[in-house]
Amino acid sequence: MPKITYIDHTGREYSVEGDVGQTVMETAIKNDVPGIVAECGGACSCATCHVYVDEAWRGVTGEPSQMEEDMLDFAFDVRPESRLSCQLRITEDYDGLIVRIPEHQG
Amino acid sequence: MPGCMAVGQRFAKMLGDSPIQTDAVIIGAGPVGLFAVFELGLLDIKAHVIDILDRPGGQCAELYPEKPIYDIPALPIVSGQELTHRLMEQIKPFEPVFHFSQRVDRLARTEDGFELETDDGVKFRAKIVIIAAGGGSFTPKRPPLAGIEAYEGTSVFYAVRHMEDFRGRDIVIVGGGDSALDWTLNLQPIAKSLALIHRRDQFRAAPDSVNKMRDLVAAGRMRLVIGQVMELIGAGAALSAVKVRGGDGEFFELPCDRLLPFFGLTMKLGPIADWGLDLHENLIPVDTEKFETSEKGIFAIGDINSYPGKLKLILSGFHEAALMAQQAHRYVYPDRRLVFQYTTSSSSLQKKLGVI
Repeated sequence: MPKITYIDHTGREYSVEGDVGQTVMETAIKNDVPGIVAECGGACSCATCHVYVDEAWRGVTGEPSQMEEDMLDFAFDVRPESRLSCQLRITEDYDGLIVRIPEHQG
Repeated sequence: MPGCMAVGQRFAKMLGDSPIQTDAVIIGAGPVGLFAVFELGLLDIKAHVIDILDRPGGQCAELYPEKPIYDIPALPIVSGQELTHRLMEQIKPFEPVFHFSQRVDRLARTEDGFELETDDGVKFRAKIVIIAAGGGSFTPKRPPLAGIEAYEGTSVFYAVRHMEDFRGRDIVIVGGGDSALDWTLNLQPIAKSLALIHRRDQFRAAPDSVNKMRDLVAAGRMRLVIGQVMELIGAGAALSAVKVRGGDGEFFELPCDRLLPFFGLTMKLGPIADWGLDLHENLIPVDTEKFETSEKGIFAIGDINSYPGKLKLILSGFHEAALMAQQAHRYVYPDRRLVFQYTTSSSSLQKKLGVI
């Protein structure tokens, strides 16, 4: 099972096993990783599951869709590596993925 | 659906300050609030429905109008929009009156029921109240900028109530949707200066508004700044500038004394917390026989309630509405015996539904 590492704004790491086909948001919620709110439950409608994808992994996770890009307008401190974790669906290639959780979810 | 809204507003206006009399007030026009109209209607209980959004559907309308829902019994797949539309169709025979774009601010017990008042000053007198407010009322999101609370209502606004408050001011508007663009175009003529800040040079707003904004920028009458507000600068309740991180990562200050951030909506429990109801972690505990709150005559159904085994599913809310209506009948018609009937066979129910 692909291992996903979340790093919060203080530097604390949470490494958990993800399931292929689930999203990085769902995996965080399931494993009680703090800092991911996911107010809309994964409908790409709220921008409260914002993460920064580690530079080395941006090639694997790809670029946000137009809808996700629109929703990122509602997030705070958006950067080029910003993604909504409900839109990151885990594949085998995600094994080792590192994402950082912002201090605030919009 | 817009027709219903017009009726509601006209109705409210007609009565002026005198309260609207009704059997039931339903707070929230999401799927569960709408279905409550149906279940109450079958028992001859008339309802007025109040919602903060400008249309029915609640989260189905605001969060996922086009997302498919797969767990509504007998509808293998249905969008939030379609579900709302079908519920509106289903409740039509009961002629509910809708009051959109309003939030119930006050709820107080009277001798024979309750009095409610919305933020628009519309008053209601009802025998029972049904809270079907889901995750709470949709309110503008507050950006997590340090110290922003101190400026709210004096320098920072999430909506424009009085345009005059912005005349001759240095205004900064943040966002890329219709609210941000509409207020940019409306306030620019009366502002001393106006800057629109957006994190990218693409906008979600109507293309026509975006073109008009770009024309104003080209004519030197306002500024478009690509970047994000990272800090507020000011003293007391008076904002003097915002610190912006530009598209190139450089920080700079933009002087302003009015800030309008448009970062979408979030759900807040709001005034419900002040109505004297028992609350548990922002939810309203109810019994599972009547779905009544700690206050007799006030019910809570759908996502806003809590009880052992509660599941936040639309279908659970429908069930809760049906059971709530039984108890509601006892309060609205204390002298009438309630006979359980099926819509398939009862001619009296079929008459109410207008099918015979």
